[in-house]
Amino acid sequence: MIEVENLTKYYGDRPAIDNITFRVEKGEILGFLGPNGAGKTTTMRILAGFFPPTSGTARVAGYDVVNNSIEVRRRIGYMPETIPLYKDMRVKEYLEFVAEVKGIPRKRRKSKIEKAMKECGTTEVYHRLIGKLSKGFQQRVGLAQALLHDPEVLILDEPTIGLDPKQIIEIRQLIKSLAGERTIILSTHILPEVSMTCQRVIIIHEGKILAMDTPENLNKQLQKLTQILLQVEGPPEEVSRQLGKVDGVVKVTRREEVSTGVWNYIVESSKDLDIRKELVQTLFSHQWGLLEFRPLGMSLEDIFVKLVTTEER
Amino acid sequence: MRNFYAVVKKEMRSYFTSPVAYVVIAIFLILSGFFFYNGIAYFNMVSLQAMQSPYGAPDLNITEWVLRPLFGNISIFMLLMMPLLTMRLFSEEKKEGTIELLFTYPIKDSVTILGKYASCVGVFVIMLLPTMLYPLLIHKYGTLELGPVITGYLGLFLMGSSFIALGLFFSSLTENQIVAAVISFGFLLLFWVIGWSSAFASSKVGSFLTQLSILEHIDEFSKGVVDTKDVVYYLNFIVLCLFLTMRSLESKRWRG
Repeated sequence: MIEVENLTKYYGDRPAIDNITFRVEKGEILGFLGPNGAGKTTTMRILAGFFPPTSGTARVAGYDVVNNSIEVRRRIGYMPETIPLYKDMRVKEYLEFVAEVKGIPRKRRKSKIEKAMKECGTTEVYHRLIGKLSKGFQQRVGLAQALLHDPEVLILDEPTIGLDPKQIIEIRQLIKSLAGERTIILSTHILPEVSMTCQRVIIIHEGKILAMDTPENLNKQLQKLTQILLQVEGPPEEVSRQLGKVDGVVKVTRREEVSTGVWNYIVESSKDLDIRKELVQTLFSHQWGLLEFRPLGMSLEDIFVKLVTTEER
Repeated sequence: MRNFYAVVKKEMRSYFTSPVAYVVIAIFLILSGFFFYNGIAYFNMVSLQAMQSPYGAPDLNITEWVLRPLFGNISIFMLLMMPLLTMRLFSEEKKEGTIELLFTYPIKDSVTILGKYASCVGVFVIMLLPTMLYPLLIHKYGTLELGPVITGYLGLFLMGSSFIALGLFFSSLTENQIVAAVISFGFLLLFWVIGWSSAFASSKVGSFLTQLSILEHIDEFSKGVVDTKDVVYYLNFIVLCLFLTMRSLESKRWRG
């Protein structure tokens, strides 16, 4: 559905994105993850036909975004990050205008507008001035205008930024419900959002793609060691030494003292070994108190920080 | 074509939901009404004096005495007011960021530009229409020469449309409305008076400068003469400005 090849865009002599290549299949939800200024918005603007790339090609539904810009624009719904709407227009007037320029035939315009408004939950503000709406409703109007002509591809730049937690959940559910027949690209710098809504993630940093996979695979790939957190009551040096003796343990780190005589330890073992049983048996045989036992998974957040910081080093 | 109407409709609505169009039109009509009244009062006085003169009345023509100066004055109001109408056309979209959505909708740039231009010309026509009351009043109480009135309005229309085209171009260059208005006003004034410097230039350069002047080309219209060179001047002016607008918007894309 979307094919991006060696896409590069320079602002002055600084590259905003540098040689990016990826594909998105039909019906997929792809998440763009990256810190602010990583090149997410630039990539999306190019895909939406707002400006052309410096070099490289991007095709949406088989049409080139530069040479066939109008055809591409007919097939996408785009919601920019700042949701720029005409503040002096009413929601109704604005959506009618959008329906008209997007070429929806007069007869079907009304039903399409109603459908989009229902999906985005903006029916109650239909007659109000956009400038007077709350941020959450403006965001929904922004989404409604993107959805209006049933585009094959949806490009959403930071769709949940600036919303309250309840609205964020609603918008996420909406995005998920839209998937299936539509291809969706969304960008965010909030990590849980990606693991919750996207089937595939592209981590982008300083204009380059660092990783591209499903959230689960990213987890697996980057997690070479299994970490287990233990909270044990007992002599710290002795506990560390005994835990280190267990088969398969690579490293034991003593962390902070939680209360008198109770310490936190982190035990690392190779990924494919399950040493939980042995660890507990060791502790019991020495009659030390085990207060907490918790495997530490690596969250997407850790992966992201790890990727971004290793790159910087 | 459907896109064109959509843009025109949206822009017209935006003019008339904000106070801009009302204020500009009202002030314009107050000023032109004031000048019309003064013109008529002056003509009355002169006619009265002429009637009392023992040597008989000279050839007093109300179209020549009242309407022709009025058209001159109206063109000066236009010079002052047009930049205020055109300044928001692209500047506002850039400032608010709405241009990003507008340019990702399936509309060609040229259609957007023409739509915005047409809507502003529409406001201008709405502004000009009520002034047709003045020739009608003259027609009711005196004898009106229809020819110079029609050509006078044609001249005003062409001139105003050129002003709008220039304003549209400067609006596409900046995201600050005041800057757009000041630059458009400055350039309009420059085109207005550029002929004056012809007196100090060689005859070739001088006649070139005279031909460049907006003022030079309106004169014939108010006399009742439609010269193709004047019509072509204004049409060229409009087309050039619209073309430059298109280039300026395009350049935003590759400049990044």
